[in-house]
Amino acid sequence: MITIEHYMSLAAVLFLLSIAGIFINRRNVILLLMCIELMLLAVNFNFVALSRFLGGLEGQVFVFFILTVAAAEAAIGLAILVVLFRNRRSINVDELDAMKG
Amino acid sequence: MEFQAPVLAPAAAEITLLTLTCVVLLVDAFLSQARRDVTYLLTLLTIVSTAFVVAFMTGEGAQVTFSGHFVNDPMARVLKLVVLATTGMVFLYSRDYLARENIYRGEFFVLALFATLGMMVMISAHSLLSVYLGLELLSLSLYALVAFNRDSGNAAEAAMKYFVLGAIASGCLLYGMSLLYGAAGTLDLAELSARIADGATLSDLWVLVGLAFLLVGIAFKFGAVPFHMWLPDVYQGTPTPVTLFVGSAPKVAAFAMAIRLLVDGLGSIGEAWQSMLIVLAVASMAVGNIVAIAQTNIKRMLAYSTISHVGFILMGILSGSEDGYRAAMYYTIAYVIMATAAFGMVILLSRRGFEAENLDDFKGLNRRSPWFAGMMLIVMFSMAGVPPFLGFYAKIAVIAAAVDANLTWLAILAVVLSVIGAFYYLRVVKLMYFDDPADEPALEGSSVVKLALSFNGLLILALGLFPNGLIAVCQHVFG
Repeated sequence: MITIEHYMSLAAVLFLLSIAGIFINRRNVILLLMCIELMLLAVNFNFVALSRFLGGLEGQVFVFFILTVAAAEAAIGLAILVVLFRNRRSINVDELDAMKG
Repeated sequence: MEFQAPVLAPAAAEITLLTLTCVVLLVDAFLSQARRDVTYLLTLLTIVSTAFVVAFMTGEGAQVTFSGHFVNDPMARVLKLVVLATTGMVFLYSRDYLARENIYRGEFFVLALFATLGMMVMISAHSLLSVYLGLELLSLSLYALVAFNRDSGNAAEAAMKYFVLGAIASGCLLYGMSLLYGAAGTLDLAELSARIADGATLSDLWVLVGLAFLLVGIAFKFGAVPFHMWLPDVYQGTPTPVTLFVGSAPKVAAFAMAIRLLVDGLGSIGEAWQSMLIVLAVASMAVGNIVAIAQTNIKRMLAYSTISHVGFILMGILSGSEDGYRAAMYYTIAYVIMATAAFGMVILLSRRGFEAENLDDFKGLNRRSPWFAGMMLIVMFSMAGVPPFLGFYAKIAVIAAAVDANLTWLAILAVVLSVIGAFYYLRVVKLMYFDDPADEPALEGSSVVKLALSFNGLLILALGLFPNGLIAVCQHVFG
């Protein structure tokens, strides 16, 4: 029998994976964008499972909004990435250190 | 389930702003660079008409609409007017700077207007969903604004850092929201509060973990330590008009978000978030005030000063009483007025191809322009909390609220840290009055910038000399 705890544990694992990915990865900004996407999907998973479990629709409506926002976020993230690459000729996370203090 | 058309009147201001912003966007697409002033004037018109609608056409008392997702109450109206006034000031300051640096483009105005819309939605949010949507509309516009000078490597780097950290923060916020939804089975903030108070939640653990994740999002939006890493880089890396915008109005929205989520939504577990906020407030005041001393770049210094002010705002909120919320709101409004003036000063001192962003650029300002040296003196004294300026009353109110909440040790710590902080504000004053300037070019800024800055500085003085007006406004909202 699969209970709500199983679903939420899976979502928590996905969420932690995405956080770990962001902090461990020091190479490539595109990987950061993928981790951010995974994070939002983990939340979506949570919402859908809870919505089904609680018998309400609000959670599923929320998911539609998150999906839309995630698309906009990815577009802006990639646009910033293009600007960054054109100026710096690099998308290495370690090289994002021109400003300090 | 029957579908009912929502009552639109309480959201009249947002509808006006959205419609006019779309008009600005469309008109701007057909303008040549030489006629960009049309966009500028239309933008100002948009701000003024929206403010008019907020002030006179959205009714009295609290009205909830859109199936409980949207509320229009006294706090919403006051904070929206503050946001609109600040944004209007930002545009007045920015125009000449943008034209001079060849980045006088429609995107700036349109993105700033959409960000303003996002802030207004956040301020009026009455459910987890509308908090999130307002926050994202604000954040996405701000990410794009920070990167909007496409030829600057620093701006792109700042935007990337802001984007990645901001996305993590909104991810955490969302995760917290999903847990709260799971525990309480509702997105409506008032209902959430009621269910938690009744003990009608599925799991107390989910509520507490959800709360912790929500706080990450709120702290990030404010720029509270330890979620402040983006703030100095963003302030330093972007063109000053964008810094001015990012550093002012969104703090009002962050305050509104904190009140909506913590007080309206989770007010029944006040003790739980109070202790978490104490950690954030102490860390912000300490890191902000101490690290600011080491800065040589004034935009970075103001960033750390912002962080310390955020600590004070959080101190007001965590007091957990109407007095505390009122003090925090007063502090937020005071901070926004002071920050606008401080960054306006940086804009005024900049010339073509020269950013007055180092502290040394303020050397001997008194000899170049005694009037504006005086204005900067007012801003710095006010930020340091010297009477009779605005910042003094804000600090007093917040500290009094903390004492009333039996947090005397926190109040004492705040006083000590703000005395430490006074050092770097006074250093600017010393540079202006007692050091020799490297060169003495006259100030170039246009009369609009000079007028706006004079108004802004005198406002700090006037609200400090006659503090009752603003206090009455805050009292109208809380209590």
